[in-house]
Amino acid sequence: MPWDQVFTLTFLVAILTAGIRLATPVLLAVLGEIITQRSGVMNLGLEGVMLMGGWAGFATTYYLEQSTGLTELSAWIGLGAGIVAGLLMGLLMAVLSITWRTDQVVAGITLVLLGQSLTTYLYRADPALAKARVTGIALRPIPGLSDIPVVGDILFNHSPVVYLSVALVFLCGFLLFRTNWGLQIRAVGENPAAVATSGLNVTRLRYLCTLIGSGMAGLGGAVLTVVQLNLFIEGVTAGRGWIAIAIVFFSRWNPGLALGGALLFGVADALQFRIQALGSEAIPYEFLLMLPYVLTLVVLLFGNARDQTPAALGIPYVKGNR
Amino acid sequence: MTEPGQFPLAIEMQDITKRFPGVIANQDVNFSVRPGEIHALLGENGAGKTTLMNILCGLYTAEEGEVFLDGVPVRFHTPHEAIAAGIGMVHQHFMLVEPFTVAENIILGQATGVLREPRQTLHQRLMALADQYGLSLKPEAKIWELSVGEQQRVEILKALYRQAKILILDEPTAVLTPQETEGLITILRRLAAQGTTIIFISHKLKEILAVCDRVTVLRDGKTVGTSDVANCDTHSLAEMMVGREVNLQRPDRTPLPTTPQEPRLHLEGISALGNHQVPALRDIALSVYPGEILGVAGVDGNGQRELEEVIMGLRTPTQGTIHRDGAIAHIPSDRYSMGLISDFTVTENLLMRDIDQPPFNVRGLLHPTKMAAHAAHLVQQFTIRTPSVKTRSGKLSGGNAQKVVVARELSQGHAIILAAQPTRGLDIGAMEFVHGQLMAQRDAGAAILLISTELEEVLRLSDRIAVLYEGRVVGVVRAENADVKQLGLWMAGKSAEGDRQRSAASGAVPSEGAVS
Repeated sequence: MPWDQVFTLTFLVAILTAGIRLATPVLLAVLGEIITQRSGVMNLGLEGVMLMGGWAGFATTYYLEQSTGLTELSAWIGLGAGIVAGLLMGLLMAVLSITWRTDQVVAGITLVLLGQSLTTYLYRADPALAKARVTGIALRPIPGLSDIPVVGDILFNHSPVVYLSVALVFLCGFLLFRTNWGLQIRAVGENPAAVATSGLNVTRLRYLCTLIGSGMAGLGGAVLTVVQLNLFIEGVTAGRGWIAIAIVFFSRWNPGLALGGALLFGVADALQFRIQALGSEAIPYEFLLMLPYVLTLVVLLFGNARDQTPAALGIPYVKGNR
Repeated sequence: MTEPGQFPLAIEMQDITKRFPGVIANQDVNFSVRPGEIHALLGENGAGKTTLMNILCGLYTAEEGEVFLDGVPVRFHTPHEAIAAGIGMVHQHFMLVEPFTVAENIILGQATGVLREPRQTLHQRLMALADQYGLSLKPEAKIWELSVGEQQRVEILKALYRQAKILILDEPTAVLTPQETEGLITILRRLAAQGTTIIFISHKLKEILAVCDRVTVLRDGKTVGTSDVANCDTHSLAEMMVGREVNLQRPDRTPLPTTPQEPRLHLEGISALGNHQVPALRDIALSVYPGEILGVAGVDGNGQRELEEVIMGLRTPTQGTIHRDGAIAHIPSDRYSMGLISDFTVTENLLMRDIDQPPFNVRGLLHPTKMAAHAAHLVQQFTIRTPSVKTRSGKLSGGNAQKVVVARELSQGHAIILAAQPTRGLDIGAMEFVHGQLMAQRDAGAAILLISTELEEVLRLSDRIAVLYEGRVVGVVRAENADVKQLGLWMAGKSAEGDRQRSAASGAVPSEGAVS
């Protein structure tokens, strides 16, 4: 193991830059799930939603790119398709868990299985897709700021998607804690009966929050395939949906802390990639693949989330129950 | 039903019918309220009071019948419509978001615009509103920091903020100390004087007589009648409510043994943590002697649940010792989560304690016919109304479900009985039955610890009364020396110690009743 190559400034900058980039898909899913869970719905189907978003985003981008040749526009439209796929999955989750009051764990797992099997099928349905690559979206260094040594490279030399995700952290926090609508969302996750007797529509609030959450997870999946990997393979999300759910819990439904959790995962993922690339034989690559997940979970375990859990999380609301 | 020579009625509900699967909750109910009056809605549990009010405030929709507000026909499909029409309801279980502040709860669903109103102006506005009605308010306090009485005031303000002209209170005094009840009554009188129409749902006769102008009685989902409270007394109301004479007196009892006895159940210096790891019981010392009922009074949430769990070994005390002399029969406070397995049959629930004993169990094999025969015997003895002993116990009414628990626990003559909230949610008939069973066990020499948040129940049954406040026993008194006012002060946390110091300072004789 060439350790001297690891502890250099260049290496560190590269790891942190890549870490921020790799954190983005997870971060998007986490932020969306925070809104969903704050409203009292636990969508455990993120893995399936991200897969669907990833496939829809990639396929849309690829076919558009082939027919129009407009690489960047195709990618943006592809991201939009990822959101749409996420919204459709979210609609399914909402119908199952809110309207039909199916057990939310079962509904979530249904979404995961559906996402996995459907994307596998669709992926195999068109052999061209397996070899396909897309161009994605170019980096947009921020003028001035990106010239700052070290910091500029790490923070201000990214795809616009990264900037957008960070902006969404603040937007989510603002929505939840500074707006009247955020107050209603948090209230419906704590005591839906109180919200209903206040004259608000519990079902509508929960539908909206479930849709927003899965739309963002779909976008996260599309960012992964279209912008970062530029390809789609079976099970491409590799458990990122599950990690996102863990981060939601351990960040105590707080967008700021969630940013930290997502970054932790991203940096560990980047580290794992780099060490693999260095061609180490001392550490089996399976272990390296495991590293980001284990590291994220271990660090997160130190956060204790019990008391902040939305009181009505996972419990269907039954109007006129007696 | 329009009354001649009156203003239009504030509310008129005509021939209301509402069914739930298997039950008719309201059948042709008629109910009318004059503007600015305090009108009691009286009935036993399950008589249909709450259903009727939930129809009025838009939570349920009636299948038949009409509702008029100020003479205008209305039909609400959502609470939002009822709120817009000026109807506010204070539910029995408060509809408050616990981690939110008082102000956030009041404006929930009412604020317009995207951004939240700055805290300062919001709080000033709410304080002004509270002042207008003479209510005190801490807008920045979190709901969970407030006492139950304060939470209730938040609920009332919530309704007033939504410009309620009609205020419905569902069993508002069930969770209050006598002093808090007084406070509530003052508030209600003031609101009525300012023109608010108030509907007061209750089954506490004395309060209705003290507060209300008129009373409408429901029984089994039907209207029994409406009268002026001035023409009623507790007996006539009770009769209307249950349809027969009711015994409201302390039952006769054999006198306590005069020779000194060893306590059967003895708690010394017991402290324990609650579910949130905060102290829930502090240095509890209690002794229960054979042949007596020791009643533990107190407002709900002052350590009753933890005390019950510690005695039953379900919660480990952090300090202190418990001495039990004999087996304990347990009537748990939550009959559905601790007392019964709802999916099991009546037989299985009745024999749960004996399932490993002969003759029901021989060499590990169950004997269904013997079990059924014994269960049928208990069903008859305890007058449990059930279609059969094979019925799922979750299908029984609350009173009959509790009778199953009581039959199982009391049929074996245990030396110690822990009865926690034994009549919660039961109607008068079932309540009298449970009380009778406890009294019979007492007279037969059992040591009974009765934990109840219904002060009347404690007063009726106990030989001695202890009051629990914030996990401490603030006072113990012999029942015949008990004074409701004194107990109320203890329930609000004014300790017997403090009383003695105060009276000593003023040169008065210390209260005889206070035994520590």
